[in-house]
Order: sequence, then C-alpha cells, then structure tokens
Amino acid sequence: MGGSVILLVLIVVVALWVVGAYNGLVSLKNQTLNAFKQIDVQLKRRHDLIPNLVNAVRGAMDFEKSTLEAVIQARNQAVKVNAAGPEGIKQISQAENALSSALQRLMVVVEQYPQLKATGNVGQLQEELTSTENKVAFARQLYNDTATQYNTKQQQFPTNLVARLARAQPADLWEIEDQAERAVPQVDLSMKPKP
Amino acid sequence: MSDETSLTLFQQQEANRRRTALLVIGFVVFFAWLGFGGDYIYYLYTHDAPRAAYHHTFPWFGIVLSLVAVALARYAYDTGPEKVLWSTGAREVVGPSPPDPKEQQLVNVVEEMAIAAGVPRPRIWIVDDPDPNAFATGTDPLHAHVAVTQGLLDLCTRDELQAVIGHELGHVKNLDVRLMTTLAALVGAIALMHDGASRVLRPGRGSSSEDRKPSPLLLVLLVVWIISWILAPVIAQLLALGVSRKREYLADAMSAQFTRNPLALASALQKIENADAPTTHIKRGAAHLCIADPLGRRLTAHEGLFADALATHPPMAKRITILRGMGYAQLKKEGGSVA
Repeated sequence: MGGSVILLVLIVVVALWVVGAYNGLVSLKNQTLNAFKQIDVQLKRRHDLIPNLVNAVRGAMDFEKSTLEAVIQARNQAVKVNAAGPEGIKQISQAENALSSALQRLMVVVEQYPQLKATGNVGQLQEELTSTENKVAFARQLYNDTATQYNTKQQQFPTNLVARLARAQPADLWEIEDQAERAVPQVDLSMKPKP
Repeated sequence: MSDETSLTLFQQQEANRRRTALLVIGFVVFFAWLGFGGDYIYYLYTHDAPRAAYHHTFPWFGIVLSLVAVALARYAYDTGPEKVLWSTGAREVVGPSPPDPKEQQLVNVVEEMAIAAGVPRPRIWIVDDPDPNAFATGTDPLHAHVAVTQGLLDLCTRDELQAVIGHELGHVKNLDVRLMTTLAALVGAIALMHDGASRVLRPGRGSSSEDRKPSPLLLVLLVVWIISWILAPVIAQLLALGVSRKREYLADAMSAQFTRNPLALASALQKIENADAPTTHIKRGAAHLCIADPLGRRLTAHEGLFADALATHPPMAKRITILRGMGYAQLKKEGGSVA
C-alpha cells in the first residue's frame, strides 16, 4: 500500500517535470524564432534606408564613386537573398555582413569630409544609419543570446531527454565571419557624433 | 550568456511581482489596523459609559478605512506612472522623428536598447532640468516609460546615453519599475492620508467630563495606535530607501549586458556624479526611481551602517569601479565571443 503511494507520487513528480521541461524548451524555441524575426525587421529597415542615404551623398561624393557603388551592390545582393527562418541564417548573414563592411567603409569616408556632414541632411542620415546598424547588431545579439540559451538547454542533462519530444533542434548562431569587422571595432567609435 | 542569467531574471521578476503584492497587502492591512484598532479603543472607551450614552459597537472606522485603503492602493497602482511623470513635469517625445536632432538620437537610442533588451519600445519623456539624471517607471514592459533630463541629453555622448537607457530598460525588464512605482504612489498616498487624518483627529473631541480611569490595556493600545499614525510616513520612506540600492548594481549589470560596453556606463555615471547639482525637478517621492540620487545627498557617497540605512542609492564610486572591472575584463578577452 505504502509502496504504491510512493510510486504514484514519483510518477506524478516525473510527469510534472517532463511537462515543465517540455514547455521550457518550446518557449525558448519560440523566443529564438521571435528574436530572428527581429533581425529580419531591422535588416529590411536597413535595406530601405540605404537608397536614401546614397542619393543624399551622391552629388557631394563624385570622388568616391567606387565606395558608393560597393554599398549599392552589397545592398542589392542582400535584398536578393530570399532565405527565410533560422535555417537560411548562413546565407543571410554572409550577404548582410558584406553590406555591413561596405557601409562602414562609407561611414569612414563621410567622416573624412567634414564639409559633407554639414551639407543638407547628411548628418541626420548618418545618425539614422548609425542607429540602424546598431539595431541590426542588437537584434543579432539578442538572437545569439537566446539561441545559445536554447541550445544549451537542449544539450544539458536532464533536459536533453525531452529535447527529441519537443522537436528541439540546435539553432545556428549569427557568426561574424568578416575578420575585418571583428578586428576593427574602433570604426564604431568614429561614428559617434562630435559633441 | 549563461543559463543562470535568465534564471535570475525570471526570479527577479517573480520577486518583484511578489514584493509589489506584499506591499499593497501591507498597505491595506496597515490601514485596517489603524481603523479597527481605533474602533476597538473607542469600543473599550465607551464600554463602561452610562446606558444612555453612545456605545461604539460597530467597527465603522475599520470598514471605512479598509475600503479607502483598497481604493487608494488600486488608484495608486493604476495611476502611479502618470503621477510620477506628472510630479517631475516631464514632456513626452512624440512621433518617430522629432525635429530636434538630440531628441531624434534619444528616440533612436531607446529603440536600439529596446531591441537589445527584447522589450517593446517604452514611451519617452524629457524632464527640463539641467542636471543629468534619468528614471524609468511603469507597471510592466508593455506599459513602461523612460525619462531623461535635458542635462543628460546635453552632456552625454551617444554611447553614454545608450548605456544609461540600457540601465533604465534593465529596471523595466526585471519589473523593478512595478515595485518602485507602486511604492512611490503609496508613499504619496500615505502622506496624503496622514495629512488628512491629522486634520480630522486634531480637534480634541474627547469629552473629558467623565472622570473615569481608562484601563491600562486601553492606554497601551492608544499609545501603539498613535505611534503607528505618526510613523506611517517614516515607515513608507524607509521602505523606499531599502528597496532601491541593490537594484542599481543589477541594472548596471543589465545595461552592460545589453550594450556590451560597461565602460560607457562608467563614464556616464562619472559625468552624472561630477555634475553635483541636485535635480530640482525630481522630488523626494520619486528619488528612488532615478539612476543617481537626485537630491545630491552626501550620504550616497559612503557605504556603511549609517548610509545603508538612509541612502537611496549605492555609492557612485563603487558602481563605477565595478563597471570598469567588467570593461577591462571584456577588453582582455575581446574577440573571443560571438557578437
């Protein structure tokens, strides 16, 4: 009698744990997907902003045509990638990272010509671009943080026992493959507006 | 980010929910005690009165005061954020693109940090005060407000502003804002009740015509009851003090997690500290919500038993030291982590 009660309690406890672990994994999976959507939203914003920026500086920047061309090309490449969801992350991140470095070269050029910043709304667009770049970076950071948490959770014992049940798959992280971007974080500092 | 971080975030949110509930319950219970205690004292007082005189048998005070307390707590919880913002005279930054470039930058920075924190964009307010300071208020991430002073906008670089906003969104994300805003609103409500009640109680209505000796129980009760009345605002104030100090360290750490740039927050705090003037627009009632003590109290500069009991904020020097430590540790292993 006492033995069966203990057994029953044990079964209930295990069942409760399985439910909790399963729900935890599902919730993390959805958070990861949601974080990925955030990146998507921000990338789209960036794609929409770039033509405006290029038009604003084109007249004043006849002498840096190649830099502008590189940005436009990288942007068009990035728009063309029609992979969706975390599965296509490798493809998307490659195109977007190329665009990021092209944009950074452009920002450095704009920095070199103070009179350019003074003309029209280049200064304002520069702030917009800085913000958009930051938004992409922070969305990426949130995605990587959430995905890492999700991956860790499904590999850890004992949650890994229910991982298959919850159809948990390790999510790909958004790697920064561009060595130049990783090595020169100072470029970010130069984009600070002068006080 | 490790698994522990999210666990502590969850625990932090739970703790703040629980503490807010306890605070509201404590508020109501306290007023119930004041009411029913008064009833009981009055009952004992009129117990031996002659047959024809008034006998206090129904606990009117208790019922009325409890109901008032429930209504007040409800009102304070619902309108707390509004009241806090109103008390500082903040104006809202409307629209996605305000004309002023500094305000545009503020909107951008808040949007960026909201993405990093994974919360919806809060409403943004500016307090017209030359002293740099900032605070967050609201009941949950969906109904949150972030306010900065004009001084902060003028003084800080983009990175520093970002770090300060990250700190405030840390408070929003772990639901500190709910507890601290409710507390601010209840402190205000208690002060109001106290003032009102003292006005009612002051005219000595006790008819001293009867020459009866009150029982010792009655006396003790009366003394405790009166002391509770006097202490109510003091207790509320002490609660406000105790609740905010540890949270500042945590919000600093969350800012560093969002921006990955603890040194920016360190330099922002240094600037806020150097601008020594008090933030005149932010009154005592909302002081515990701010990133730095708006009253410019010297107590905040020390850590010790005395300061621990009376300051709303941890010493700035210690916060800056901790952030610098994080910053240098990060520089050391730069490039070793993703994003």
